[in-house]
Amino acid sequence: MKVTLMTSTLTISHLTKTFDGVAALSDVSLRVAPGERVALLGHNGAGKSTLMKIILGLITPDSGDVSVCGAVPGRAAARAQVAYLPENATFHPALTGVEQVSHFMRLRNLNPSGAMAVLDRVGLAIAAKRRIGTYSKGMRQRVGLAQALIGHPRLLVLDEPTSGLDPVSRRDFYELLDALAADGAAILLSSHALTEVEARTDRLLILSGGQMVAEGTLPQLRREAALPVAMHVTALNGYEPDILAALPGAIRVDGGLQLTCTQDSKLETLARISALQSKVADFDVVPPSLEDIYSHFSRRDGQ
Amino acid sequence: MIRRILSTALTEMHIARRNRWVLIAILLMVVFSLVLSAAGSAPTGALGADRLSVVVASLTSLSVYLVPLVALLMSFDAVAGEIERGTLPLLLTYPIARWEVLAGKLLAHTTIMIVAILAGYGVAAAITFSSDPDAVAGLGALWRLTWTSVLLGATFLGVGYALSSMARRVSGAAGLAIGLWLGLVVLYDLGLLAAVVADEGGTFTTDIFPVALLANPADAFRLFNLSAAQAMAASSGVGGAANAIPQWQSLLSVLLWPPVALGLAALSFRRVEP
Repeated sequence: MKVTLMTSTLTISHLTKTFDGVAALSDVSLRVAPGERVALLGHNGAGKSTLMKIILGLITPDSGDVSVCGAVPGRAAARAQVAYLPENATFHPALTGVEQVSHFMRLRNLNPSGAMAVLDRVGLAIAAKRRIGTYSKGMRQRVGLAQALIGHPRLLVLDEPTSGLDPVSRRDFYELLDALAADGAAILLSSHALTEVEARTDRLLILSGGQMVAEGTLPQLRREAALPVAMHVTALNGYEPDILAALPGAIRVDGGLQLTCTQDSKLETLARISALQSKVADFDVVPPSLEDIYSHFSRRDGQ
Repeated sequence: MIRRILSTALTEMHIARRNRWVLIAILLMVVFSLVLSAAGSAPTGALGADRLSVVVASLTSLSVYLVPLVALLMSFDAVAGEIERGTLPLLLTYPIARWEVLAGKLLAHTTIMIVAILAGYGVAAAITFSSDPDAVAGLGALWRLTWTSVLLGATFLGVGYALSSMARRVSGAAGLAIGLWLGLVVLYDLGLLAAVVADEGGTFTTDIFPVALLANPADAFRLFNLSAAQAMAASSGVGGAANAIPQWQSLLSVLLWPPVALGLAALSFRRVEP
């Protein structure tokens, strides 16, 4: 127990938070290790933002333990090592980008002369001396990202970091994240963009109705969900009835036939299809998508 | 700590400069002081006081209205604005204590108040000196007016921050600030005077009235300056009550209000959940 506590940047155990009698989080436990990129998924109101605010020390939990870099959330020792990117990052419109970042750098006890370099890392060097009020949503989001990069945070808490970013900026963003993680920072990010998260994080956490309903890597979750695999068969002209007869359970869908089977009987089903080789024009395997897995878990409880 | 407060103050100065608060505060003080000193530099005749003391007496009556107004205008947005813009949660995840945030804002806003007060009173004093070389005699009164004005400003900045934290919305905070200004600066005196008239020299006039005057930071400021000034004749209304109350009591109120108001501000800001 002691060893794992020391190696985790973020440790949460049996966390519960209630707002006016409604449970926002119930018995949530999780751990994020240094260098680990963890995605927090969940529908609106699942408790993602509440969980993040507790980690940041902005609100206090009803019960449970939270340890951030070995400190209580919100204490100076924790704040000094945690960076936060709020959903829809906003700043005072009268300040310029460089003034805002300089202020944040001084709050972290750093020399503000590095503000330009920080803004340059997110591609805002040209707009740095303009007022944030003139920025687009994507540019404001990048100021948010820039302030999260200040110093060497040991834990980054990012609430929907890529909303409002164009595809190129998203790619740049994940490259920055990879560099931070390689440097040993622990990253917890929430997102709705499932395909991005799938490719760019090490582990997924799914919250539903305030409960942690699933946790693991994508292959683990896929196995655990045991969702059926769909096989799509396109018959050669006129052979459709023959194939339907040979494959019980197949149904006609748009442009072909569809057959579903469990993960375990994939090969067996495949063998039956290949036996019909002379009658099949084309064939595709459609594994359950991340969306399917996600809805499987987030609907199981809650909602 | 000092670094974080200074950084916050610098940032607030940028904002105040761009939002034209610096300009508005200075212009208000200078224009009204100009008007008063122009009126006050007319021959004073039988008053027997130097002209600067007369001008200080009129400036006191002006500042009682203007300094709280400018302070509330600068402060009502301080916390509610951060909440409404959504900038507060991010700020509070930084290693800065809440009282340091308020201290930084206070430092910036007080600096602006000082500049505006110095500009206004300076213009008035310069005009008076140009017409009356004997005005040097009133310099003490002017200095007293200056530092008490700064303390009055700090009091209302603190009250403004407290209202801003309690309202949590900019529109609500603005309403509360205007209501408080009307209440404390305008209606309070009218109410007291009406009560004194109705009381006809009873216990209200002798016991409650002086305490009520001292409890209001604006009235305490006026009492202190008028009881200290030589140009008592130039004052009227509530100022006439200055004779009845010892000067140390009004001084105590003037000195105590800023820490009390700022303490209130810190307390109500601490209760804000981002």
